[in-house]
Amino acid sequence: MEIIFALAIGILSGSGVWLLLRPRTFQVVMGLALLSYAVNLFIFAMGRLVIDRAPILNVGDPTDAVHYADPVPQALVLTAIVISFATTALLLVVVLAARGLTGTDHVDGREGDA
Amino acid sequence: MSLLLIVVLPFFGSLAAAFLPSNARNAEAWLAGIVAVTCSVLVADLYPEIARGEVLRVVIPWLPQYGLDFYLRMDGYAWLFAMLVTFMGALVVLYARYYMSAADPVPRFFSFLLAFMGAMVGMVLSGNLIQLVVFWELTSLTSFMLIAYWYHLSEARDGARTALTVTALGGLCLLGGVLLIGEIAGGYDLDEVLGAGDAIRAHPWYPAVLVLVLLGALTKSAQFPFHFWLPHAMAAPTPVSAYLHSATMVKAGVFLLARLWPTLAGTDLWFWIVSLAGLATLLLGAFSAIFQRDMKGVLAYSTISHLGLVTLLLGMNSRVALVAAVFHMMNHATFKASLFMAAGIVDHGTGTRDLRRLSGLARAMPITATLATVAAAAMAGVPLLNGFLSKEMFFAETVFAGEQPIVRIALPALATLAGMFSVAYSLRLIHQVFFGPPAQDLPRTPHEPTRGMLLPSALLVLACLLVGMLPGRTVGPFLATATHAILGDDMPEYSLAVWHGFTLPLFMSVLALVGGCVFYLLLYLHRRRAHGRTPLISRFDGRRTFDVLVVRLIRVAGFVQRLISSRRLQPQLVLIVVITIVAAAFAGGSGSVAPGTREISAIDPTFALLWAVGAACALGAALQAKYHRLAALIMVGGTGLITCLTFAWFSAPDLALTQITVEVVTAVLILLGLRWLPRRIEMDDPRRRTLRARARRVRDAIIAVAVGLGMAGLVFAVLTRPRMLDLSQFFVEHSLPQAGGGNVVNVILVDFRAFDTFGEITVVGIVALTVFALLRRFRPAVESVELPRAQREDAERRGSLTVDPNELLPSGYMMVPAVLVRLLLPMAGLVSLFFLLRGHNLPGGGFIGGLVLATAVIVQYMVGGALWVEARTRLQPMFWISVGLLLAGTAGMAAWFAGRTFLTSFSYELHLPLIGEVHLSSTLWFDIGVYMLVVGATVLMLVALAHQSLRSYRRPTGAHASGVRVDSAADVATEVDR
Repeated sequence: MEIIFALAIGILSGSGVWLLLRPRTFQVVMGLALLSYAVNLFIFAMGRLVIDRAPILNVGDPTDAVHYADPVPQALVLTAIVISFATTALLLVVVLAARGLTGTDHVDGREGDA
Repeated sequence: MSLLLIVVLPFFGSLAAAFLPSNARNAEAWLAGIVAVTCSVLVADLYPEIARGEVLRVVIPWLPQYGLDFYLRMDGYAWLFAMLVTFMGALVVLYARYYMSAADPVPRFFSFLLAFMGAMVGMVLSGNLIQLVVFWELTSLTSFMLIAYWYHLSEARDGARTALTVTALGGLCLLGGVLLIGEIAGGYDLDEVLGAGDAIRAHPWYPAVLVLVLLGALTKSAQFPFHFWLPHAMAAPTPVSAYLHSATMVKAGVFLLARLWPTLAGTDLWFWIVSLAGLATLLLGAFSAIFQRDMKGVLAYSTISHLGLVTLLLGMNSRVALVAAVFHMMNHATFKASLFMAAGIVDHGTGTRDLRRLSGLARAMPITATLATVAAAAMAGVPLLNGFLSKEMFFAETVFAGEQPIVRIALPALATLAGMFSVAYSLRLIHQVFFGPPAQDLPRTPHEPTRGMLLPSALLVLACLLVGMLPGRTVGPFLATATHAILGDDMPEYSLAVWHGFTLPLFMSVLALVGGCVFYLLLYLHRRRAHGRTPLISRFDGRRTFDVLVVRLIRVAGFVQRLISSRRLQPQLVLIVVITIVAAAFAGGSGSVAPGTREISAIDPTFALLWAVGAACALGAALQAKYHRLAALIMVGGTGLITCLTFAWFSAPDLALTQITVEVVTAVLILLGLRWLPRRIEMDDPRRRTLRARARRVRDAIIAVAVGLGMAGLVFAVLTRPRMLDLSQFFVEHSLPQAGGGNVVNVILVDFRAFDTFGEITVVGIVALTVFALLRRFRPAVESVELPRAQREDAERRGSLTVDPNELLPSGYMMVPAVLVRLLLPMAGLVSLFFLLRGHNLPGGGFIGGLVLATAVIVQYMVGGALWVEARTRLQPMFWISVGLLLAGTAGMAAWFAGRTFLTSFSYELHLPLIGEVHLSSTLWFDIGVYMLVVGATVLMLVALAHQSLRSYRRPTGAHASGVRVDSAADVATEVDR
């Protein structure tokens, strides 16, 4: 499982970076979306992969952290998901406004040389 | 305590002066005058203690562990300067009251003048060298503001900029020197530094220390080769020139040299640098002064020359020379300030300061002429005036200064030559302005000024006379106290008497007087009037060099900037990514990122299959995002779903729920945005790519693969290492007993780390408002304004562009979805509340609940259309955002009433009939705030974007204007935008 998880993050971040370096604004938006998946999964991986042990306790359950998935990276990722939605919205609107102002969807606001 | 008052009072006065009305000349002058007089009385009041040889100290600790305290220290030398600054300040304020015209905005003038006074007093009273440098730079800044007082004149702006650049750069060098001194002496306290003279002079850093400190002092005191800023500073109002640029601020450099004299002087290096700089300045300044056209120009160069004389005295490594230097600083301040005042009076009375136009003013302005003549005589070194005494001490010192024969002959000779020059320019100034035939074509009729303008000048001239005739009775004790403070008990023998008998210095004085008169006579007969250009040396213009240097510097900076940076996004991103890779590789190279020893779990084929799909989606999106945007968006969404399943798989139900709801709103958001992006029809033909484009794609592919491999390797290395549970242990252990919640993730968010969450929802709210604000000014590209084909066909079929807001259900193919989503809304509302309320113990919470409700609302918009929805309900997203933030904030502040810190949670068990036990907790309150904010922010962003389609109706286009009504929609859209 660890190998697949690692490969998944690798492919997501590779695709994300590739799109990030493209000249069209929509590509950059998509690239950031892929990259944020990769980063969220990466932070999540800091708690290691644990199956069937969600950090939800009932009265009387053991209070040893070993019995549960790590809640700290989960809390971090939860807020990261919401924030990345907000920043994607902001980026998208900036991109649209730039397109309206400059007449092009090139990231530099004017068509490049190639 | 009065020490502190002396420094602080001018700053308070400055603040008060800034807020007076702009035409309150009298109020300003009274305020500034009272401040200056109070300060000088306070200083004078301290003299008895100072005269006993005491050193007064006020220490306010600030960072004692770094040797940084606010430390005011007054000894005899500092007292003399403080007296000079405050008393001269009072005179200048009186003079300025009558000098400034009613049209000048005086608050700015007096405010900066008082601020300068505070800075200057602070500088002379500093007992800590770092603090001294701070006040030093403060005087440069206030000087800048005062030179640029008439900022509509370009010469004022240029002069101010030059002065600030030169003196502030010098100040930086001084700071460097002071830091080195502090390193050597072990502290920045003046007492420590003065005691560490031997250690500093013997230290290998001594040359560096000396050069840095001298750069500071020589720039400030306008010494060669940095003298060029001072003549250009004369663009300032004349009171400023009299106060800052002759009496006080330019003395700061020589003040510091004398202050640090026991520490730094006494070496050959000191002798050569300081005395050569002083000698060059003395001669050049005096020579240039002869040929100036402007009265203030003559005085500026003469100031440069006299400062050079002081510097030369300080450089001689002789104690008597030091006494002479301190003496001359005081004398120069008195006669030069009074001459500046006279120049201002002439300027006021005649409208010009041009020496070629002025003539014969003695008849019209007899008092001014008398005062100026006496002051100029003091400047020239005529006996029975104060200038004569210090100049004769100077001549005497030059005779005994050096041991080498060349120094023994050259120095007295050059000193006498400089004396001649100074007699010549003094004579020329007085002769051309006040004598000769009366001038004809002056802009104004010359007349004597008011007494208020004459009084300060007269007082100063009186001081020149008194000191000149009775030196021992007047200035003697003060000078002794001041020099005693520098030299300690090792005081030299010196005599302040007017008559020393027929000595060599007397002979030099007479020679200078006679020679100067002859020189001026020759000049007068030969050229009648000087041209304003100094012969021989006018080609070497420091100001021009400075300007050229500045321009070159800007050009080089522009070149370097073009070389190392780009305005284009792609190279910047490449740079960021590559540097990150390199940094990561560097860090990975030093520590081990090899796989760890933790056991790897067996691969589940379902999971492998899931990620095969996920990876395919990601790669597909990467390849198709340019031309098939919708497909790319769907594929990214697919990857998001797989990510969501992964969270669910590995025991993170909260994350899975958040991810899926965010996935939905993100997809809607980008779909809304797609409409405004330009059409892309051409296919990407690999054969038509240029070589450069291909090379770039290969480079980017390499970077992407490197990032992918690196991340995969890193993740694998982490996953195969043992778990670190120290932090989690705390949360798992305390979640139930302390926070009363079983869902640890939610408890962390709303309780343990609620402050972080509070910050985060604030950010989300701000972003939503920013999106809204950006979209209010949104102007779409022209070709995007048209309706999309599907909508257009639909509108033509119905015969109307707009959906009728009063219709119960849309007709046509949207009818069934409309029924479904309307049924969905109440259920979704219920589900969102359910998630919100159970969040503390089971998967859910404010974020998830809020996103669910927001999705339900958005779906209504998508199916019914904005007009239809808003005809029925006015959801106020901004209201939700603000109430949400308020709730979260009050939940935090409620803890204060329970006597705890912000956001501490507390709960309350309530027993209600029928319902039973109810658990009320402040964290629920907080979570409701999060919920409301998320609903408001999400809906605001999406609805604002959705509304753009309505706005575009306002531009009627010819393409589909076939009898379609557009007005009502535009009106509604405008209203909705509000």
